Amino acid sequence: MLLIDCPYCGPRPEVEFRCGGEAHIARPAQPADMDDKAWAEFLFIRSNPKGVHAERWIHQHGCQRWFNALRDTYTDAFIETYEMGTKPSRLPDGRTTR
Amino acid sequence: MAELAGSASAARRQPALAAPPVLWAGVAIQVLPDEARFSLRLPKAAAATAAEVAGFSLAVPVNRYAKNDQRWSARLGPNEWLLGGPEGDGGAIAAEIEAALAGQIHGVTDISHRQVAFDVAGAEAANILNAGCPLDLSLVGFPGGSATRSILGKAEIVLMRPASAPVFRVECWRSFAEYVHAFLAEAARDCPARE
Amino acid sequence: MKQDYRLAKGGRIDRARPLSVTFNGRRLFGFAGDTLASLLLANGQHLVGRSFKYHRPRGVLSHGSDEPNALLAVDRGPGRIDPNNRASMVEARDGLVARSQNHWPSLDFDVGAVNDALAPLFPAGFYYKTFMWPRAFWDRLYEPAIRAAAGLGEAPSSPDPDRYAHRHAHCDVLIVGGGPAGLAAALAASATDKSVILADEGAELGGALLHESSATIDGAPAAQWLAETVKTLIGRANLTLLPRTTAFGYYNHNHVALIERLADHLAAPPPDLARERLWQVRAREVVLATGAHERPLIFADNDRPGIMLAESVRAFINRYAVAPGRRIVFATSGASAYSAAADAKAAGVDVALVDIRREEACRADAAALRAMGCEVLTGHTIIGSTGRKRVSGLIVAPIDGQAKVGARRTLDCDCVGLSGGWTPAVHLFSQSRGALRFEPAIDGFVPDRAAQAVRSAGASGGTYPLSACLTEGFAAGAAAAGAPAARSFAASATRVGFQPARALPTSRDAKRVKAFVDFQNDVTAKDVKLAVNEGFESIEHVKRYTTTGMATDQGKTSNMNALALAADALGKPIPQVGTTTFRPPYTPVSFAAIVGPSRGSLFDPVRKTPIYDWAAERGAKFENVSLWRRAWYFPKPGEDMHAAVARECKAARGAVGLFDGSTLGKIEVVGPDAAEFMNRMYINSWTKLEPGRCRYGVMLKEDGYILDDGVVARLAPDRFHVTTTTGGAARVLNHMEDYLQTEWPHLDVFLTSITEQWAVIAVQGPKARETIAPLVAGVDLSNEAFPHMSVRACRILGAPCRLFRVSFTGEVGYEINVPSDFGRAVWEAVYERGQAFGITPYGTEAMHVLRAERGFIIVGQETDGTMTPDDVGLAGMIAKAKPDFVGKRSLARPDLVAPGRKQLVGLLTEDPNLVLDEGAQIVENPAMPIPMRMIGHVTSSYWSANCGRSIALAMIADGRNLMGRTLHATVAAGFASVKVSAPVFVDPKGERVHG
Ligand SMILES: [Zn+2]
Repeated sequence: MLLIDCPYCGPRPEVEFRCGGEAHIARPAQPADMDDKAWAEFLFIRSNPKGVHAERWIHQHGCQRWFNALRDTYTDAFIETYEMGTKPSRLPDGRTTR
Repeated sequence: MAELAGSASAARRQPALAAPPVLWAGVAIQVLPDEARFSLRLPKAAAATAAEVAGFSLAVPVNRYAKNDQRWSARLGPNEWLLGGPEGDGGAIAAEIEAALAGQIHGVTDISHRQVAFDVAGAEAANILNAGCPLDLSLVGFPGGSATRSILGKAEIVLMRPASAPVFRVECWRSFAEYVHAFLAEAARDCPARE
Repeated sequence: MKQDYRLAKGGRIDRARPLSVTFNGRRLFGFAGDTLASLLLANGQHLVGRSFKYHRPRGVLSHGSDEPNALLAVDRGPGRIDPNNRASMVEARDGLVARSQNHWPSLDFDVGAVNDALAPLFPAGFYYKTFMWPRAFWDRLYEPAIRAAAGLGEAPSSPDPDRYAHRHAHCDVLIVGGGPAGLAAALAASATDKSVILADEGAELGGALLHESSATIDGAPAAQWLAETVKTLIGRANLTLLPRTTAFGYYNHNHVALIERLADHLAAPPPDLARERLWQVRAREVVLATGAHERPLIFADNDRPGIMLAESVRAFINRYAVAPGRRIVFATSGASAYSAAADAKAAGVDVALVDIRREEACRADAAALRAMGCEVLTGHTIIGSTGRKRVSGLIVAPIDGQAKVGARRTLDCDCVGLSGGWTPAVHLFSQSRGALRFEPAIDGFVPDRAAQAVRSAGASGGTYPLSACLTEGFAAGAAAAGAPAARSFAASATRVGFQPARALPTSRDAKRVKAFVDFQNDVTAKDVKLAVNEGFESIEHVKRYTTTGMATDQGKTSNMNALALAADALGKPIPQVGTTTFRPPYTPVSFAAIVGPSRGSLFDPVRKTPIYDWAAERGAKFENVSLWRRAWYFPKPGEDMHAAVARECKAARGAVGLFDGSTLGKIEVVGPDAAEFMNRMYINSWTKLEPGRCRYGVMLKEDGYILDDGVVARLAPDRFHVTTTTGGAARVLNHMEDYLQTEWPHLDVFLTSITEQWAVIAVQGPKARETIAPLVAGVDLSNEAFPHMSVRACRILGAPCRLFRVSFTGEVGYEINVPSDFGRAVWEAVYERGQAFGITPYGTEAMHVLRAERGFIIVGQETDGTMTPDDVGLAGMIAKAKPDFVGKRSLARPDLVAPGRKQLVGLLTEDPNLVLDEGAQIVENPAMPIPMRMIGHVTSSYWSANCGRSIALAMIADGRNLMGRTLHATVAAGFASVKVSAPVFVDPKGERVHG
């Protein structure tokens, strides 16, 4: 069971959390202006790296706040957790955040 | 709902769970009497500077508990507090909070009937809770004045430890009360067995 | 009471506490402190089981948890038959009943042993090769035959009556293993103020020290040092000692699972004592001191009862005072067996020793043993063994400098102690995802780079000398506790070192003999070679093809031997072949322990409403809806479900029905931006909804499909009372919180679940208003003042309520939201008032029928996660003027606007008495050849007492263009004709609701 450092509550067991998939994919401001391809890209396409991945997590059975985390998908190490709406102190290699 | 007492047409309160105390050598589990409870929410910025409202201390860190006289607060998140007070004070508490926060953005929701509370007390209390709660409940990991949402087995709970004494307060939603109580009672059978 | 092989003195058994057990119906005697293995051996019972594949007679191989052969069923009464216990791990207690396994009709005469004679038919991969063809034989012939022969042990046939407990724990330092390294680690770690847990799988702490008769530590005999150390540790309040506890799984972030055996060793366990306790420990630091496993030697017939590991012979003699034979021959490729041989000789046993190594590699040890009067043969190989149900001789032969095997000679014996070297127990380190490194000096894999906060000490790290184990353990414990410290221990010298032995040289045809590598799965040296010859090059493939190391012992005694054989066959060095992955559990764990308390009434929370007891008292039948237990129907005496539901449905349309809607999800949405937030979450517009009014809302996922629906009341400009489906309550709140927190954190809105704050009492039917009117204080209930889709605050019996004028039946309806503790009182008052009108409580089944009569969908029944509002006929609710809401853009996705989508329609069967099956498929033409084109399916289907016929809702491709068409629905007998209709069967204009 992972130990996840909630930005508000500190290290807590994984069973209190839910993962919400890839982070930093902002909902487009004007969905109506997007063509089908761009919209499908936003809806369905996600990265799946072996290595550092930016993810959304919610401390569901704790403070119930969403936050972001950098997790190494290979080692399961959490490199950093940070509040929603903020950027990590260092970005995953070779990837940009939106 | 004190105003109903004595009224001929008053509805009778039927608590969600009426279970006798569970008493073992190292732990006692008791359903606590009804209380008034509210969920208080403030915008993030206001939450950071909030001090006190209607006698409830808000200026405690996340996951901390405070009690003033009969009113207690548990800060469950950065901008969320669980407030509790005597059962008959519900109306007064709501009015006082609204008055105190008039003009400020806030959210107050009455959840008095949503919650059921238990005391889990005794030297073995932490071990009993740890049958289903994955947190470190030692005095180091969960010192007096701690309060947090967590889980117990398959139920979500709010767990509070008002002071250093091994007396924990467990709250859950009313339909989970039977399960939570039975879970704790089952775990409590471990108590006398320890050599 | 006679125990033929019990030594007259010595051992850690308590001779003052004799006991008896029953093995295969025979009464055998022993003492407290015995294991089942030592007790069986004390009684001369060397044959204890039959092997898995060839049904060969097998005996005890080991004194520890690595035992692959002696797997016994322990019978503690009904529901308490526990198969596959390692005899070496079962503590003997008075009255214990054990049985051997995997034989028929008896252990002594086993028909399955014919497999041994037919062995040439069962090479590696036998199953894969043989049962491939013909395909049709698989179901009828091969699988049943394999199933009958497969499996090990007898599964219990009644529920397990024992308790199993769970415990979460945290500590600064978790030490796994209570041998010398683990004890030293505990001494160091617990000398700090850190919290420490020491878990050991044995009944007594001490590990190998428990059978150490000659070693000294700091000048004292090992046993004395052990006693003093344990006493010290017991006195340390920050240390939790867990004997009989196996760390079986090492998971992420130092989360380690332990299984503690609490009761099986007790003759009369207290009734409340859990049989086992599963610990989930989160440790800041872990010290692994799990020791090492001895390897057997590989030669023909190395598996006869009486052949065991050399160190185990020593343990049986020193710890249990059992001489497993009267003449024991040790066969070894290393030094440690000389200590075993010396101890055996000292115990009065006739001893000989055969060393694979040449004389010059073992001169001093050999000389010492010879000086004790033992024959020692060096530079010899083992050709085979004699005997059947008990070894009677070991066939040896000299090997010359050119590896030429000389003349054979048989050494008579009734017990053989094998030592092919040692393998560090790196299982947990490997589970922690630490990297292993091959260390040629000890011919084994040792921990290399750690992936978590873990360190290994002692033999599990490849360190064998006792003094080094202690020193290393102490340093590891101190460092793990964050207080680095060193202490040296002066221990007597340990005999260490061995020559790696693979399959021993032989003058027999290696293809015609069985030299076992994996005893539990009956894998031989030639199986491993065959796998390589057939092209399996990866050790993971060799493992799966031969099944070596895949038995429940996880190949503790066999992995290194199998790996080395494969490497030899591949002509590659061992590091290039690598090792297989170790996975939890280290030793088998009972399912009951994993399940723990989650059984029976604690399997899942059963959620009940405040009205539940009332319904139960009236004989209601209940159904499960998510975790809720809801009243399904209220049968009167003599009524079946059909009759009860029909009566309930008629009452709700004819007079007044009473329904418990408390399980509906409810969310209070509060804040100045509440309406804006609602606009974004729902397809509807909320801006113009006046306080005091309600609206039916539909919510989509971002992909455009319906997520949930429900009535929403606006209580105030900045406060909404949202309802959701029963099953969708948590999902909807999560969905809302997700958008609120992650996409629109600038909106000032707060969400609170109020599902359980309010009991919901639905009063539905033409007499609903008259029923509740006398109870409601402060609200004008007239149609004009309180029309359909309105909400008012009121008091009922003094309780502050939210009164909704809403309907899920199509009749005049009210839903009284009352604080839950007052729910039952208000319900009873309404029931009382309604008596004059024949008020009828109805359950979820009638609720379903009533809404289907009016064509109201149920999310999750008509919808399946791929339905749009238009699909279910709700496109008109979409607020076109809103530029955006969650899911809006997706409604224009090509697939969602393409023609031919399934649409909600009604179906009327040609035979009005036929009630279709929900899920029945719809076709246009039943004469179409198979596979037919399915154009839709039935989503809801009921007998409607109000219509006097069956009704159904269905999702059918392009359904709205098929009105009046006859289609065909699958029924058990074939097809039934149905006519497509509008999805509404009662009050098509929807007038009754305005009453
Ligand atoms: Zn948190």
